[in-house]
Amino acid sequence: MSDSPAIAHGAPTEAEHSHGEHPAYQRHHFETVEQQADATNFAMWLFLLTEIMFFGGLFCAYLIFRNWYYPAFVAASHQLNVGWGTANTAVLITSSFTMAMGVWCAEMRKKSGLVLSLVLTFVLGLVFLGIKTIEYHEKWEKHHIPGLHYSMQNFTNPQSDPDTYNEYHDKPMALDMARHTELYFFLYFAMTGMHAVHMIIGIAILGFMIFRARAGAYTTGHVTFVENFGLYWHFVDIIWIFLFPLLYLISRHQ
Amino acid sequence: MNEQNQHGEAEQQGHQEEHEHHIVSPLVYLAIVGVLLVGTALTVWASFIDLGPWNPVIALGIACTKATLVVLFFMHVKYSTKLTKLTVIAGLFTFMALIGMTLTDYISRAWGRW
Repeated sequence: MSDSPAIAHGAPTEAEHSHGEHPAYQRHHFETVEQQADATNFAMWLFLLTEIMFFGGLFCAYLIFRNWYYPAFVAASHQLNVGWGTANTAVLITSSFTMAMGVWCAEMRKKSGLVLSLVLTFVLGLVFLGIKTIEYHEKWEKHHIPGLHYSMQNFTNPQSDPDTYNEYHDKPMALDMARHTELYFFLYFAMTGMHAVHMIIGIAILGFMIFRARAGAYTTGHVTFVENFGLYWHFVDIIWIFLFPLLYLISRHQ
Repeated sequence: MNEQNQHGEAEQQGHQEEHEHHIVSPLVYLAIVGVLLVGTALTVWASFIDLGPWNPVIALGIACTKATLVVLFFMHVKYSTKLTKLTVIAGLFTFMALIGMTLTDYISRAWGRW
């Protein structure tokens, strides 16, 4: 809101800064704090658009290859653990909530609330990565990581993997189709891996923010950094919201 | 905060339509996270039922709904400037256009030769 209406109405509650001067965090090439906030917000969204295009390419590849090598993608996706996937989805959604609460605390200038929100988000992010590590480790043990040690034994001979077989009763696949399961796992690791990289970057920034927040950096009325980091964190959440059904859920009955 | 006359005066003064910083209430966040968690439970539950070709449709439908809620409320787009709204819509449009054109190519490559 611009300064003049506040003066006209004599509404000092909304006057966050002294009129006539501008707050220290307003850069000189912006006319108003609002303009600065809008411009930064716009820039953050432009960055997120490039991220949509980046992940979009992976989603598009998944869509096309799933249609080409449908039986291989169905059988390979049966290897994923829906329980862990669901738990991770809940963890990530909860972390988005704590992050949103962090933004609210910054806006309301509640320092300890902000620190707590950021710490919770930080911890939930680590929990997500921990669960992902358990899942990756299982793929390692089963030789489902694409590369020299990849084994399609579980797909040419499904009974070699009793747990999965008892749940899905997959039929043995011919070699020329079974080898495409490696492509599924390649896309699985590329997509969840790039998602995890975004999580790691986010967690690192969160760690930095916790220290700054403890020093009172974001509770002086200048919430742009917390807000834009929130946008990033929610974006990473949205990517997982799509990864989870596409990788874990949609092939359960095929 | 959102008084009409404040907006009116700001516009009369020839400013471009400036946007007040809207603070979303924690209750809204709480409601949204509840819906998101219910949506997660729902999509997992639906995946255990054999709906044939409808399984992916329902899963993606729920995912799109959840993503929309995150964008509108957690990411404050519902309360953002027109510029931000336009940016988000432009991004989605470009993404859909690129996916659409790619799929058109793949679908039509072997047209009539199957």
